[in-house]
Amino acid sequence: MKKFGGQILFLDRSDINTDEIIPAKYLTEVERVAMGPHLLEDLKMEGFEHMSQPMKDSTVILSRDNFGCGSSREHAPWALEENGYTVIIAPNFARIFRGNMYNNGCMAIELKEEEVDEIFALSSGPETTGVSARIDVEAQRVTVKSPKGEKSYPFALSSYDRDLVMAGGWLDYADRKY
Amino acid sequence: MGKTLVEKIFESHLVDNPCEGVHVLSLDRVFCHEITTPPAILDLKRRGKYRVFDPDKIKAVIDHVTPAKDSLTATQGKILRDWARDMGIKDYFDIGRNGVCHAIFPEKGFVRPGFTVIMGDSHTCTHGAFGAFAAGVGTTDLEVGILKGICAFKSPETTKITITGTPAKGVYAKDVILAVIKMMTTNGVTNRVAEFRGDFVDNLGMDGRLTLCNMAVEMGATSGVCLPDMTTVEYLWPFIAGDYATREEALADFAKWRSDDDAVYADERTIDIGDLVPQVTDEYRPDVVKDITEMEGKPLHQIYLGSCTNGRLEDLAIAASILKGKKISDDVRMIVSPATPKIYSEALEAGYVKIFMDAGACLTNPTCGACLGMSNGVLAPGEAAAATTNRNFNGRMGKGGMVHLCSPATAAASAIEGKLTDPRRYM
Ligand code: SF4
Repeated sequence: MKKFGGQILFLDRSDINTDEIIPAKYLTEVERVAMGPHLLEDLKMEGFEHMSQPMKDSTVILSRDNFGCGSSREHAPWALEENGYTVIIAPNFARIFRGNMYNNGCMAIELKEEEVDEIFALSSGPETTGVSARIDVEAQRVTVKSPKGEKSYPFALSSYDRDLVMAGGWLDYADRKY
Repeated sequence: MGKTLVEKIFESHLVDNPCEGVHVLSLDRVFCHEITTPPAILDLKRRGKYRVFDPDKIKAVIDHVTPAKDSLTATQGKILRDWARDMGIKDYFDIGRNGVCHAIFPEKGFVRPGFTVIMGDSHTCTHGAFGAFAAGVGTTDLEVGILKGICAFKSPETTKITITGTPAKGVYAKDVILAVIKMMTTNGVTNRVAEFRGDFVDNLGMDGRLTLCNMAVEMGATSGVCLPDMTTVEYLWPFIAGDYATREEALADFAKWRSDDDAVYADERTIDIGDLVPQVTDEYRPDVVKDITEMEGKPLHQIYLGSCTNGRLEDLAIAASILKGKKISDDVRMIVSPATPKIYSEALEAGYVKIFMDAGACLTNPTCGACLGMSNGVLAPGEAAAATTNRNFNGRMGKGGMVHLCSPATAAASAIEGKLTDPRRYM
């Protein structure tokens, strides 16, 4: 199982699409590591430019509705994981992106809209530091820690998705089971 | 209780239910192209699992960037080529014999009613036109498909979309699917299958059905499907003639996949297209669709006729009938990419290629190219195109470029006037 949890990067916008996560021009690369430096490249040009510093230290992304919409490219979760992001938290995700995350043994965690609002309220902008999340996969809980204190939120996870996370992804799971 | 076509396919291909609502299915076809397959191939190599579940069920093509435009795309092609040879994949199509994946695989008769199909490409839904369940997947799903011949899916809920009416002059399958997407919105069929029904679909040829199913994903659908009938049998007959004594026998066999009359649907919608006029998209969403009459006169820089949506012979024929004896406006350039070598060669024989060239259009080899802004006709920032493709996201055909999705007829008429044009004036 991968490591989950750490400092949160706040991406306060809905519909962040896979082109914004990793632009199409890098689809000519065949190695996952080549995606690393280009994560969220186009988004940075759209007013999220201050986030480069906390990006290096954070491993969890908090965002809004329909995260990961657009093309089916798995280069998006790869680019995220190359930068240490193994957990994305949002109210909901696009189908293929969500599947791709669990297929890679990573987590796309759905929290309620109000809960996401509450966690966003702890930030003072995308560059906020000092807010972190701890993920307990077995108990299905996210615990958010900030200078203001700690609060824990439950999330739903099917036994299949949990098994994928435990196995480290669909390939290892399928190879063992079928 | 009756079952839908896709429920029948799920039932007949079920390998395992790892938990409620998750179905691991066996695969009849795993299609591969050079953009999403190489990372899977390299990962399998690294894991010491450089093998495939069945070389006859895997079909591969280089289509997105062909001929290679630089050493990176040449490397993608090389990885796929070497792998196809090493694995003994006989149905592998390289330059000279290659075409756009969702055009060449149907043309070769690779998809049959009742099949399960995956590919690392979101427009894999196209192949549902044969009454198959065909889904676009990510690279890990593709990798497991290549290795094990299985894929996991959520429950096969279906939205039944009944299309009735006879299309008016200048209205084609493309206009109809754009109107359907406008009705359903970009996520109206998310996590479901779109089943196209109604007399419009019954009367439609396979080319038109492929166009309908091709854009199902633009409503979020996992797959588009049409029920198999005599049109399906006729199209597939050259490939199945050895399996059945008569067409009627084939039809009776295919009929087992058709949705039952008392099947239960998650959602049912109806649209009458009798009064529909040619449709075109505005802005960067495929569901922002307008009547051509509202959009006429919008300036254009490029016309693109091609892609897995509308790069087939029927599409070229419609465009040629409008462009015959005409010249393309000096304000635009027009690029025509026949979707497969067979289509190209038939277009040559039918005289369409000469018509396009005399009009001042550029013909490219069969490739995706401009459709996804990777080669062969990328837009400059601030430019607009009328394209017969399926996606108009910001930057799709080039950063800062605008794409107006439309039918081959609208594209051809717009080429003559150099701006968005109602094709009915040229018919
Ligand atoms: S023609 Fe366009 S939409 Fe179709 S497979 Fe190629 S890139 Fe994708």
